[in-house]
Amino acid sequence: MPLETNTILICAGGACISAGEESVKDVLERKIKEYNLQDNIKIVETGCMGACSLGPIMVIHPEGVYYQKLTPEAAEKIVEEHLLKGRIVEEYLYQGDKGKIVPQPQKEIPFFSRQVKIATRNVGIIDPLNIDEYIARDGYFALHKALKEMKPEEVIQVVKDSGLRGRGGAGFPTGLKWEFARKSPGDEKYMICNADEGDPGAFMDRSILEGDPHTIIEAMTIAGYAIGATKGFVYLRAEYPIAIERLTVALNQAREYGFLGENILGTDFSFDIEIRIGAGAFVCGEETALMHSIEGKRGQPRVKPPFPAQKGLWGKPSNINNVETLACVPPIIYHGANWFRQWGTEKSPGTKVFALAGKVKNTGLVEVPMGITLRELIYEIGGGSPTGKKIKAVQTGGPSGGVIPEEYFDTPVDYESLQKLGAIVGSGGLIVLDEDDCMVDVAKFFLEFTVDESCGKCTPCREGTKKMYEILDKITKGEGTEEDIEILENLGNVIKDSSLCGLGQTAPNPVLSTLRYYKDEYLAHVREKKCPASKCKALISYVIDPEKCVGCTACARVCPSSCISGEVRKVHEIDQSACVKCGSCIEVCRFGAISKVTPAIE
Amino acid sequence: MGKIKSLEELMKIKEDTLKKVKMREEGKRGKITVAMGTCGIAAGAKDTLNAIVETLNELNIDDISVVQSGCMGLCEVEPTIKVEINGEVPITYGHVNPENARRIIKSHIVAGELVGDLIVKKGEE
Ligand SMILES: Cc1cc2nc3c(=O)[nH]c(=O)nc-3n(C[C@H](O)[C@H](O)[C@H](O)COP(=O)(O)O)c2cc1C
Ligand code: FES
Repeated sequence: MPLETNTILICAGGACISAGEESVKDVLERKIKEYNLQDNIKIVETGCMGACSLGPIMVIHPEGVYYQKLTPEAAEKIVEEHLLKGRIVEEYLYQGDKGKIVPQPQKEIPFFSRQVKIATRNVGIIDPLNIDEYIARDGYFALHKALKEMKPEEVIQVVKDSGLRGRGGAGFPTGLKWEFARKSPGDEKYMICNADEGDPGAFMDRSILEGDPHTIIEAMTIAGYAIGATKGFVYLRAEYPIAIERLTVALNQAREYGFLGENILGTDFSFDIEIRIGAGAFVCGEETALMHSIEGKRGQPRVKPPFPAQKGLWGKPSNINNVETLACVPPIIYHGANWFRQWGTEKSPGTKVFALAGKVKNTGLVEVPMGITLRELIYEIGGGSPTGKKIKAVQTGGPSGGVIPEEYFDTPVDYESLQKLGAIVGSGGLIVLDEDDCMVDVAKFFLEFTVDESCGKCTPCREGTKKMYEILDKITKGEGTEEDIEILENLGNVIKDSSLCGLGQTAPNPVLSTLRYYKDEYLAHVREKKCPASKCKALISYVIDPEKCVGCTACARVCPSSCISGEVRKVHEIDQSACVKCGSCIEVCRFGAISKVTPAIE
Repeated sequence: MGKIKSLEELMKIKEDTLKKVKMREEGKRGKITVAMGTCGIAAGAKDTLNAIVETLNELNIDDISVVQSGCMGLCEVEPTIKVEINGEVPITYGHVNPENARRIIKSHIVAGELVGDLIVKKGEE
């Protein structure tokens, strides 16, 4: 007989774990035992709750009180005050705008209230290791409906009607892809889940697998039924051990309940899923490379067509979908296509999970209806700038994406609109940039990633991206010329058109899009040797304002190269020839006497 | 648990689990607070708490949450519980042994009738 009076949902997402979730949980468990309440208070470790910058986070039900930035001491206090005496501990509550303290921010704060959760509907709410909790939230009802009430063609039709598009990057219509796989001749077919998630900064797929593994199992089984596959693979990267562990547990539970294996739900449909671990190379997320990797070969892409639907895994017709795409499938089958279409836009229905990062107050995962504007996402949900500095642009779609300047922030977020601006939705990374970010440097950052991750099979990608990187590096060092900018543009377009796979075809995007909107920054670097954002080290110098310096010696003491001199209570000075531009001095100066100037002083 | 074959079996798991999970969701009709200070526990509040949860379960009541609190300052009438139904005056009951707990649930929570002989306080004061 359950005698639970409180349930504590504690976030065991990656960010919260690294912020100390486990020690908080240990203290909770110990204290609860100390008061002999272990039968009455249940602790559930969930997947990522989304507000990662505030972790570790927990929610105490039934009240729904939300505690953030927890420490072991906080846990002790919360057990003694909240759980024992029913008194809310204010100091760890959510701080809304203007420092307002909110016990249940889900309702009041735009970060929570503007979200619509479909793909992440269970993440942070259920115990991922408990299949019954998944069922309690309508889990496996869609599978039952599909297998017992619908023909495979009908399942495909519903997915087509819903307008669901691939969330793994390209945005291809999911139902259509399923139809190709179904119609492709062959007795043996495969259903693959792409959980490689190579985009730096994006972690929605991991969070779904960690927080709600059954949704992927249910979706893959439905897809398997729809396309006529009997075998499924989840391709998961080795760096995601918790996801691997929880999915393994979930697979066993699903087999035990008869949702996987022979004669699923008593029908004559049989299907099973295996996990395949990838080594974590970005290119292995590309579908043909991924299939090579499952086959035990080197993860290198090949030319398309033939598409996976025609010739996929071991030459058999295969269908491959991203984790977030799949997570939308069970509710679509259960509630119908129109239910899904109530959110989003005509051409991009439904919701998308974004990983907000960079210069915004609230970083973390958010799931919002497609068609929401960038401004709403960045200011209302993201909370705007944390420092009060001016937000200048947003970089979307990771290394294959581009930047969008502030004047376009009223653009709705959907596949077509972002593409028109030279950016993409991609897997949903959103990095907010402010006036301290240098656009040349941003482009260089992403290009460095692609140079490292290029598999080297085709020349434009292998040699071309490297050349582009070298030019960017030259420009940030103040050694670039106007001709270099031209070369960058031409080279970028050639690489786009001639690369073998999506990696090379999109690699120049960060450069081309920053050139499109911020050519003046490039020109300032090459013509005046200036970095407008004062970011590129070679183009700036640190100087001391004699009016403001009080001679406190703080800067001289932290300077690692001892280039600051001056007597106590007298104005200090920086020896430019010895300065390594580490910026330590500017950080310790309490009088704002140190500033950066560009171009650099000789 | 064996293999599931029918919608009924799925529904059953859903309903059974929902009882447990539902208390995590908001939108409750009210709550019962059990005073679990040292004095309360000494007077048997733990048995009372168990009886309350069990009775609610038996009667399939899932819109009332049960929470614990410290001593309510009414030590002489322990075990005490406070019944708060949204929009109504909170009622504190004393001498709530398991048997009285069941009476309170059946009468106050289910039928909406206060249990006069056990009331020690009306409202917050
Ligand atoms: C270089 C490269 C890396 C990719 N990485 C991923 C990835 O990590 N996860 C993913 O789902 N799709 C990735 N894709 C896209 C896949 O090739 C494929 O389009 C996708 O898995 C299809 O699923 P969807 O239609 O559900 O989006 C990548 C593509 C390229 C070109
Ligand atoms: S990891 Fe805890 S909120 Fe994201």
